[in-house]
Amino acid sequence: MNDIVISASGLRKSFPLSRGLIERISRQPALAVHALNDVSFALYRGETLGIVGESGCGKSTLARCLVRLHELDHGEIHFEGRDIAALAGSARRAFNRRVQMIFQDPYSSLNPRMTVRAILTEALSVHAMRAAAEIPARIAELLDLVRLPQDAADRYPHAFSGGQRQRIGIARALAVEPEVLVADELVSALDLSVQAQVVNLLLDLQQRLDLTVVFVAHDLRLVRHISHRVAVMYLGKIVEIGPSESLFTASQHPYTRALLAAAPELDPSKRSRKIAAKGELPSPIHPPTGCLFNTRCPYAFERCFTERPQLSDRSANHQAACHLTHFDEKDSVK
Amino acid sequence: MKTVLDVRNLTTRFAGPSGALVAVNDVSFSLGEREILGLVGESGSGKSVTLRSLIRLLPSMAGQSGEVIWQGRDILNMSPKDLKAVRGGQISMIFQEPTTALNPVLPIGLQIDENLRAHTKLTHRERLIRARELMDLVGIPEAARRLSEYPHQFSGGMKQRAMIAIALASNPRLLLADEPTTALDVTIQDQILKLILDLRDELAMSVIFVTHDLGVVAATCDRMAVMYAGRIVETGTVADVFAQPMHAYTRGLLGSVPRVGTERSPLMSIEGTPPSLSAIPQGCAFHPRCDFATEICRATQPDTKMLAAEHQVACHNSLAVVKTGSPVR
Repeated sequence: MNDIVISASGLRKSFPLSRGLIERISRQPALAVHALNDVSFALYRGETLGIVGESGCGKSTLARCLVRLHELDHGEIHFEGRDIAALAGSARRAFNRRVQMIFQDPYSSLNPRMTVRAILTEALSVHAMRAAAEIPARIAELLDLVRLPQDAADRYPHAFSGGQRQRIGIARALAVEPEVLVADELVSALDLSVQAQVVNLLLDLQQRLDLTVVFVAHDLRLVRHISHRVAVMYLGKIVEIGPSESLFTASQHPYTRALLAAAPELDPSKRSRKIAAKGELPSPIHPPTGCLFNTRCPYAFERCFTERPQLSDRSANHQAACHLTHFDEKDSVK
Repeated sequence: MKTVLDVRNLTTRFAGPSGALVAVNDVSFSLGEREILGLVGESGSGKSVTLRSLIRLLPSMAGQSGEVIWQGRDILNMSPKDLKAVRGGQISMIFQEPTTALNPVLPIGLQIDENLRAHTKLTHRERLIRARELMDLVGIPEAARRLSEYPHQFSGGMKQRAMIAIALASNPRLLLADEPTTALDVTIQDQILKLILDLRDELAMSVIFVTHDLGVVAATCDRMAVMYAGRIVETGTVADVFAQPMHAYTRGLLGSVPRVGTERSPLMSIEGTPPSLSAIPQGCAFHPRCDFATEICRATQPDTKMLAAEHQVACHNSLAVVKTGSPVR
């Protein structure tokens, strides 16, 4: 599992806020939402990389940058060694085919005026995956793959439930035989019993088709269940990345610890009345100086307010961005 | 434990173009003093309509039958004047989306004051002091300044706290919470859940908590009722139901949540999707998705039986479900 498919280094992306006339005349500085603040990581072939964080942490922006739906401000993303920003023409089309995205909202990501057949035919013919005569057979195969009935092909998206729509989205992505799937909150709009069906489908497909998956989600339990490695994001930065098992059992960043403590246990006997993290997410327009988590961190000391920690090695493949390397409950301020 | 609320055979129908839709079907449960009851189910299971039915917070086309006994009186038969004192007074409600539940053009202070004026006899000066106390109680810092601010100046978590402050203004004995943390991030959800637990202890209220998140139930509720297609299919203490679900649906739900130690293995999913209210299957509504279904499930609706102390279930094959054990181990 040492073959790197995608490597990202120093990614930055900000979205400028619109300014009113008065702000412009009085020459106030332009404000921007800093969605990605220096993100670097590698994605290995065949793995599932989970990306977790709370709303506004930049995880969806990162997913969109990976498939080049956003252009970066700074930094580079390399796919099999080539910078994706420099791809043009047929090379870009090939990249678009090999790295596919599945979107969060099954209600807005399918064209309501196209039948499932038309949706899949479009994907197949744009990338010239099959000769026109072979398309119907391939559609039947794809529907079978995502376990939809064959008569689904000639119906419109409104005829399907949320879980079935997400399967159509998966079939559309798989139609072009991609190597990398970027799934942005694939199941968060679905009911619990349907979530499990789609998760099982994804696990099965990954094994059968040898897919590399980037799984963006806010549900820690789900991410732990399906990921080999996990990256935790906070205010546009990866604060901890490592193998699933060691990240969840021996987390090395106070934010990861807070996230894990805040997620309710499924065991009624393990209740706690202690609050996991005080305060709220600072505004991504004015991120704090020094460590981004210093406003909420129980362990913060002077250095955290002046110097921003970078990712550093903690154990095999496990990195965290924190000035502290061990956490003693005694040191916690609150 | 003293019973404060007793719901018997509550049914709520909505008139639709193709006949009446039964959103809540023959629901019965009771609630003790200082007890937190979790009402769990997937979308369309009728959990939110049940909650609203308790205080008749429904559109005029809805028809209700059954009894909701609150302090010895049936809310469903109350005069509008009496209902006004109960609804928003003795029984308060908080909603899922603080952004749409708060009035965007009124300052938070005024919205708290509205409720104080409607349900207390405090003077203007006393109300101001009380509003500040309420803001402190729910953990909003700098109460004096924030009272004059508008909802858009509050973050999601703070809006939810403000909504709780409004609900508490009338000194309610029962708080109805409709998915109050679903729109919030996990660390903020954790803060709000613990706030509700603290308030229950301090103010000795009872709480009915509607949610789809089993983790939230495990972390906060004393008892739980699982709903499917408008009916309560299983009721019991949270510890009992998690340790030994007796309905196939509850068992499937618990098995659908990923657990430690089973990483990357298939989850125990429930095939199919929840039925729509206009096409609820004959017999037991769950039978088309149930692994335990037998002939009788397709023919007759199961009665609710008491299988253990405080543990009720409506399933023909609950013994078979019990035999397979809990998926949460």
